[in-house]
Amino acid sequence: MTVARRLIPCLDVKNGRVVKGVRFVELRDAGDPVACAAAYDRDGADEITFLDIGATHEARDILLDVVARTADQVFVPLTVGGGIRARSDVDAILRAGADKVSINSAAVKTPALVNEVADAYGRQALVVAIDARRVNPLDPAAGWRVYTHGGRVDTGLDALAWADEMARRGAGEILLTSMDRDGTGEGYDLALVRAVVERVAVPVIASGGVGTLAHLEEGVRPIARGGAGADAALAATIFHDGHFSLSEAKDYLRARGVPVRAT
Amino acid sequence: MSDARPHLCMVDLGMGNLRSVERALLAALGDVSLVVTSDPGAVREAHAVIVPGQGAFGECSAALARDGGALARALVDHIEAAKPYLGICLGLQVLFEGSEEAPGRGGLGVFKGQVRRFREGMRDDDGALIKIPHMGWNEVRSEGVPCLPARGWFYFVHSYHVVPAPEEAGLARATASHGETFVAAVSRASVLGVQFHPEKSQREGLALIKRFYDSEVVR
Repeated sequence: MTVARRLIPCLDVKNGRVVKGVRFVELRDAGDPVACAAAYDRDGADEITFLDIGATHEARDILLDVVARTADQVFVPLTVGGGIRARSDVDAILRAGADKVSINSAAVKTPALVNEVADAYGRQALVVAIDARRVNPLDPAAGWRVYTHGGRVDTGLDALAWADEMARRGAGEILLTSMDRDGTGEGYDLALVRAVVERVAVPVIASGGVGTLAHLEEGVRPIARGGAGADAALAATIFHDGHFSLSEAKDYLRARGVPVRAT
Repeated sequence: MSDARPHLCMVDLGMGNLRSVERALLAALGDVSLVVTSDPGAVREAHAVIVPGQGAFGECSAALARDGGALARALVDHIEAAKPYLGICLGLQVLFEGSEEAPGRGGLGVFKGQVRRFREGMRDDDGALIKIPHMGWNEVRSEGVPCLPARGWFYFVHSYHVVPAPEEAGLARATASHGETFVAAVSRASVLGVQFHPEKSQREGLALIKRFYDSEVVR
């Protein structure tokens, strides 16, 4: 037995509201990120991630207030990403009560920020998010490139080399999103996840494309048994739309031999 | 002091944000008397101390050694007086004599033994690399640690773990497995040290804090 595979629901937040509300019957306000996080916590989430997609200067204080109120009642690790540009942003988010920050575009723009944050707060507090897209959609052997700004900007960077560099600079985890699969419900880009897991020695969180419980399972199943070998699975829609609860997902994984935390 | 409630002292070693532990204490215990301080005098007045810790053993040891080791002495006296001590992560590790992480820097030496790093390059049964730091949820099996369930899931973030010396055979302990079986918690008298983070271990974590308070502090 070793560390459990983690299930991480992700909430997109804009101006202090959840962009796509969570359909929990008992929730009075499905747009309140604090209430959504608390509901996921009760349902057995192993961690919770907020992605601030507004990320304007004015929205920052609202986000910090959301983080602080969440930390008052949610006692699992909380990761916050979106709009982090400098160490001062990281500091504010961690002080508000988050356990980890997730950095994406800023790491591409200023790779040394990754070293700086890891040195200051420890690598366990730093997730580097990588949005990757296949060079040739039909051929994983052609590789993946790193995109920023929600998949709009091609950085020209090779995703595997970039993941390796981020881990060496101090990323505690890699949050890996397939831009080809994100929002499709067709399942993770397993070849991408597998390639990064084999490349880096830090935990890899698979993201983008989950539509069924089987997709979660193949993402975290060991490579030796045909899975992608991810340490954790991040998903949004599959949990938000109320089709599957986290506890159902865990029961499904446990029944297939995946070590998950009992709740 | 006019407040009749037990007086809790959380020791701030200057190594990071203690708010999450404070939040968990308040959530688990309700309205308690709690101060967060690095003042050895406050430790001496406390009914119970909580020593959280994240970061490096060397810095932790240096913080304890400041001012001629006043804080270290206050903590050792507190433990020798059989008053409750809850150590979390580094707060467990500093109970031992020293750590591979910072050779030459001492811990409190309440328990004999050392703090060692997980071995690099271990692989699981599927051939997958055992990753260090050990980060995430793991199942803890208790062998007589009073505040812990026989089996329970807790959240860990660490690269080092305690290895009690053979002469500490009587130390109650709990173990978990990450490539190798390691000590996840120890207990003796009113001292409880846990390698995991109860403040991030959801219901099980808050329940542990509550049991510690009810059995050791209020009594």
